[in-house]
This record gives sequence, C-alpha cells and structure tokens, in this order.
Amino acid sequence: MMTAQAAVSAVELRGISKFFNGVPANQEIDLQVRAGSIHAIIGENGAGKSTAMKILYGIHRPDAGEILIRGDKKIWSTPAQAISAGIGMVHQHFMLAGPYSALENILLGVEIANSSAPLLKRAFESLARPVDRKGAKARLDRLADQYGLRKIDWDLPIETLPVGVQQRVEILKLLYQEASILILDEPTAVLTPQETEELFSNLKKLTKDGKTILIITHKLKEVMSLADEVTVLRAGRVVGRRAVADTKVEELASLMVGRKVNLKIEPPSKPVPRDPVLEISDLHLSTAPGRARRVHPLEKISFSVRGGEVVGIAGVEGNGQSELLQVLLHPRDFSKRNSASVAHATGSVRCLGRVTLNERTRLRAEEIKLLGVGVIPEDRHREGLLLERSMEENFLLGHQKRSAFSSKGFILRKSLRESALRAIEVYDVRPRVIDLEVEALSGGNQQKLIIAREFECEPKLLIAAQPTRGVDVGAIEFIHRRILEAREKGAGVLLVSSELDEILALADRILVMYAGRIVAQFNRGEASEQVLGLSMGGAHA
Amino acid sequence: MSDTGFLAILIQMVGSTLRVSTPLLFASLGGLMSERSGVVNIALEGMMLIGAFAAATVAFVTHSPWLGAAAGMGAGLLLAACYGLFVIQLRADQIVAGTAINMLAAGITPFLSKIFFESTGSTPSLPLDDRFQSAPIWIAWILVIVCWAWVNFTPTGVWLRFAGEKPEALQSAGISVIRVRWCAVLASGVLAGLGGASLSIFLASSFSRNMTAGRGFMALAALIFGKWRPGPTAVACLLFGFADALQIRLQGVVLWGTEPVPVQFIQILPYIATVLVLAGAVGKSRAPGALGVAFKKG
Repeated sequence: MMTAQAAVSAVELRGISKFFNGVPANQEIDLQVRAGSIHAIIGENGAGKSTAMKILYGIHRPDAGEILIRGDKKIWSTPAQAISAGIGMVHQHFMLAGPYSALENILLGVEIANSSAPLLKRAFESLARPVDRKGAKARLDRLADQYGLRKIDWDLPIETLPVGVQQRVEILKLLYQEASILILDEPTAVLTPQETEELFSNLKKLTKDGKTILIITHKLKEVMSLADEVTVLRAGRVVGRRAVADTKVEELASLMVGRKVNLKIEPPSKPVPRDPVLEISDLHLSTAPGRARRVHPLEKISFSVRGGEVVGIAGVEGNGQSELLQVLLHPRDFSKRNSASVAHATGSVRCLGRVTLNERTRLRAEEIKLLGVGVIPEDRHREGLLLERSMEENFLLGHQKRSAFSSKGFILRKSLRESALRAIEVYDVRPRVIDLEVEALSGGNQQKLIIAREFECEPKLLIAAQPTRGVDVGAIEFIHRRILEAREKGAGVLLVSSELDEILALADRILVMYAGRIVAQFNRGEASEQVLGLSMGGAHA
Repeated sequence: MSDTGFLAILIQMVGSTLRVSTPLLFASLGGLMSERSGVVNIALEGMMLIGAFAAATVAFVTHSPWLGAAAGMGAGLLLAACYGLFVIQLRADQIVAGTAINMLAAGITPFLSKIFFESTGSTPSLPLDDRFQSAPIWIAWILVIVCWAWVNFTPTGVWLRFAGEKPEALQSAGISVIRVRWCAVLASGVLAGLGGASLSIFLASSFSRNMTAGRGFMALAALIFGKWRPGPTAVACLLFGFADALQIRLQGVVLWGTEPVPVQFIQILPYIATVLVLAGAVGKSRAPGALGVAFKKG
C-alpha cells in the first residue's frame, strides 16, 4: 500500500478552493487517489465533500488549485470534459428522468461523450446518425455480464424500477461511457443492508478490473468495510488522511467532528409498561379514484405505542412510512369528504385516549398537537421550519394557540421570547442569536431547534421521523439522548427511521414496514441487522 | 337537406377546419418546444401577435407572402429572445414574464401600425396574390411529423425532453441545460411567429388589432390536452379548429324559430370547447417534471 506514493495517482487535487458568494466551501483541498483503489471521502454535512466532487466532475469551476488526472493537468468548466477524461459520477439523488426508459437514461449524452467539438456542432452531427438501440442493448447486456451486475429490462420506464436497480442503471451508464474513475455520492442512503452488500461486492469487482472509485459517505462502518484509504474533511478543509487498515472508527469520528465523540448509547433500562398513548387499528389508505398515484397505499396497519416505550418503524424509504405519518398527523387530508384529498384513509386511530381518526371523526392537525403530541417531521425544511424567519418565530410555529404564548388572539411576545431564549440554552442551539434566520443554522442546529420546540411542552406522545437525517455526528448523540430522556419521563415514542443503527439502539420494539404493510415485529435484542434487512427487503412479506 | 348538399357542407367544413387550425398547429408546436424544455410559454399569444403584424407589414411592402412569413418568424424570434433573457438568464417567474411579453405585444403592434400606416391598429388589406393560398397547411402538417420524429428518435430530441423532465441529469451528462432551453425558446418564438403570420396573411388579409384573440392560449390548451406530444396535440388543434370552423359556419344560420342565434353566442363556441377540453384533461395529463422551474447551474 505504501508503494502507491511512488506511482502516479489516478486522481489528484492540489490546493482546490471554492467560494460561494464569498463563503468558502472548499479551502486548499489536497487529495490523492491511487489507481485501482477505493477511496472514501468522509465528513459531516456541509464539510465540502460534495462540492469537492462536483469540482472534480466539472460542475463547479474551482477558484484556485488544480486537478490532475493520471498526472495530466486538467482545467474544465463542464462535466462533458470530465466525462471525456474518463470520470463518471453517481449523484446522491439519481440523475434519472422517471418517465423515460432505462435505455434512454443510459444513452443520454453518450453521443457527445468522446468528442471535443462545440456543442452545437455535435448536436447537428448527432442528427445524421440514428441511435442504434439494439446495438446499445446488446452492449449493455455484455457489460452487465462482464461486471456481474444483474440484467434489467432496458425498455421499462425508470420510475417503475426499485431504487437498487436504478442505482445499477446509473453505474451501468458510467461503464457504458467507459469511465475509469467512478465517483459515488452517498450511494447507500437509499439501500437495504442486502442491497448495500451487493453494491459493495460489485464495487470491489470493478476495482479488480482497474477502475478507481471515490465514494462519499458519512457512515463510518461502510468506510471500514469497503475502502482502502480515506480522506476526512471538516469545514471545507482536509483534516486527515488514513489507510483504512491503520485506523479505527473512533479515530475517524473524532477527526470528522473535531472532538471526541461517544458513539455508543448506553442501553436504556427496561421499559415500564404504561397505558397506550397511540393505538392504530386496521388502518388502510387507498388512492382516491382518478388521482395520480403518487401516494403509497397502506394496508391493515395495527399497532400501539405505550407510554415509556420507543416503538421503531424500520424500512427502506418509500414503503409507506411517509404516508403513515401524514395520516397520523393530518387525518383530515385523507377524508372521503375532502374533495382535494389524493387518498382515503379508513380504520381508527386513538391518540392519548382521544379518537383522532375513524369513520366519523377527523381531528385537525392543530387539535392533535394540542392533545400533547410532539412531532419531529420527516423533512424539516418542508414541514418543520420557516427558513427565512427568525429562530424565535420558528419556536412559536405550531404552538401559536398555547396559552403560554397567546392570549385573546394576540401573541405574547415577551413570554415567547423568554421561553425561546431558555429553550435554545437548554437544548444547546448554536449560535444563541434568537433573531437569526433559521436558514443560517447548520442542519444539526436546525434539528435541535425543532426538538427544543417540541420537547418544551413535554409531549406524552412523540412522533420522531428520521430525527437524525442530515445531522452531524455530535448532534446525533445529543438527539438520541433526548429521545431516551423523554421515554424515561414516560412519553411514548414512535420512531420512524431508515437508519438501522438508530432503530436498533433506541427502539424497545421494532416494526418493519414493507410495501405499505407491517411485515414483521421484533422485541429489543431479538433481531439482528441481517434479519431486519431481510424483512425490509420483503422476505417476510 | 339532400345528400349532395350534406356532402358539400362536409367537404367545406373539413377544408375550413384544416385552414383555421393551421395557426394553432404552428403555435402549439412552438409551445411544445418550449415546454418540453421546461419553460412555460404563455407568451405564445404575444409572439403570435407580433408575428402576425410583422408578416402582414412585410408582405404588404414586398408583395411576397414568403418574405412576410420570414418576417413573422423573425419577429417571434426577437420577442422570444426577450422572453428567454428574462426567464432563462435572469430566472424571472415565467408566468409574470410571459404576461409582460403579451402586454408588450398587445401594446406595440397598434403603436407601430400608427407609425407605419397612420391607422388605429390594423395594416392595409393585402391583394390575393400577396397572400398564401394553402402552403401553410402543408408546412404545418409536415412540421408535426418532423417534430414527432425529432423529439422521439434523435439524441437532441432526448436532450430537449431531459431539459424539461430532469435538467440536473442533462447537466450531469455534460450538456448545457441553459443552451438547450435557449434553443427551444427561440424555436418556440419562430414557430409562434409563423403561426401569427398564417393568421394575418393566410386566414385573413391584413393584421387587425389583437387579432390572435386568445389563440396562443388555445394552442397551450391543445398542448396540455395532447399531453405535450406532437401527434395528440395536433389532433387537439384540429378539434379546436373544428369548433372555430363550426362557429363561422353557424353565424347567421337559423337553428330554430325564425331568428338566427346572436353571433356573439356562436362565437363563444371555440372558447367553450377549450374550457371543456381542459376540464376533461386535468389530472390525466402529466406535465414535464421540471416545467416552470428555472435552472441554476451547479
């Protein structure tokens, strides 16, 4: 491994800096990637990983520094040039157009991939040459064989394929373009553990074939099992470079965060059974006739959450978890009487003893929250925060009618300010500037603000959806501790998460959701990651 | 009514439908270019209007309908360049900018007619020889076929579709979304301008104030009803064209009783057809994924 220093690197970044509106995103990034190796780039959100890779791929032009590919200096301003140099990238959010076939998605842009003529000229040239779809399919089949990737039906619209397959399409696209340097941005975020394993073994096969792979991730376990070398970024700078064989998860974590992190959560005490705070029985959700099917149906969902326990819902994203949350929190939106509703829910839900949903009753979201329900929403930017407003106003959001904050229809500004100030102190939201727009906070601090708001009124039922998504390692620790504290105080917690580690660490009971149904149920300690992964993939359905 | 009379009316109606749907065909193909690339184009109306004016003016001066049509296309192109500057380059709201373009066209055409012809918004009447007889119909239908083949079977057609569906993917494949959208919006202006020209120097014999009368919007409606695909969109244009031809045929006809139906009521027909068609199409039609969303590099 040490001889690699002598050989020419497949990719080298020297002193790359990039500023957005004067704010540094990358500062003097140095990176060397050995040909034929898997190199992980890790760092917290906003550490500049994606920016560095977008510079390498030609989407951003660096403000300073140089890129060397196999020792040759490159300056480029569009991905087309990077593609010609043999670089390919699979983005975190796949670059696929849903209604079009896998084939069209793969062929997009290949006509210009190995040409340096101006765009318009290439456009006219391509008109003269019809696309050889049959030949392309045959070549894709051969490629899939060669790299041991399972074949797919190339003519199916991409949106009908599962995410794991979509990812394979993205990788095949790069292989089809004969890319030799593959960049993967957070490739495992949407995969089950089994799919992840398959991906990793495929990646290892690719390196045997001489491909060089750069992988962006924040999951340290993956780095340890997959990568040869790792570069750690923090706040736009490189803070460490290690051979994976010579490092440990703990060391990488403290490099990422800049201080020592406790990754282990002490196992919580046995749950003290209390009265149920959430009872769901026979909940169904079906798409309203004549509506576009963008909503995942739910079938026969029945479970309850007692006070003092954490019930975790595991599952690959897009298996109905979002819909379940929406139905719990906004039952009115799924009523047959509501002509605007895209789907209809039947069954019954009781929250803290009150019926919130059955054939006759549909409580409003506001009424449900006033019962004593705290909510950490799935997508904090869409449902949890007003990004352009101050922390103080966001602290009020959803609690406007609480007697502490309003009287006779007017907001009690003074008492609001005092509570907000106290809360951001207690929940360690930084910076402690109450008039600051929420936009300016980091993901972790935004999430802490939501937690401060929702925990302040001591909820008896806490619905936490993906509570640590896009949150740095330090804040994850904090959020997990707070959730367990709420449980100790007797609150019932419904935890929906696609992070298996999180579910395994926090939940007293685990329900697995697959294709809109609860397909398996485990008590703490009963299920291994393997077993959970299998049911998440539908093995028990 | 005798059989031969019925046949005569039928043939007359078919001819008339083909004629009046021609401007709609051009404009909706223009709309297709722009909207498949992700740019909403309610400015079609204004582009048609200015195209109609330029065509009538140049045809009057040069006595050539072909030069007139070229002028109409050029005028549409210029207005589209204005529109593109605002919505592609400066990322302005597409509905607001489109409305502004329409108002600009509605205001500038009578202004220019005052300067050129000392009139209150119309151009002098063209003699029969300076006008098109049937050429625009053929051109329009050939364009429908070309457009269909191009969008579906050529790499650049794929670029157009990806620019409107998933622009990030196009960028990631190394193709400039901004350039593809520029080409599409300019093509849209050329086609809408041609649509306007076929209004003033083919269907009519001069430009008159606000002569498009919502045809740009009808073309958009046809596009939505046709699910942004060339074939079905052309059929939708025929449908609107038929409604228009029917209203022309029914003017002054005694349908029941002794008095003809007031002409104002009859003239509502194409608009009612538009509303009904759109009401029926809502929810079934799926717009390009990134329609109306400005693209920012990076």
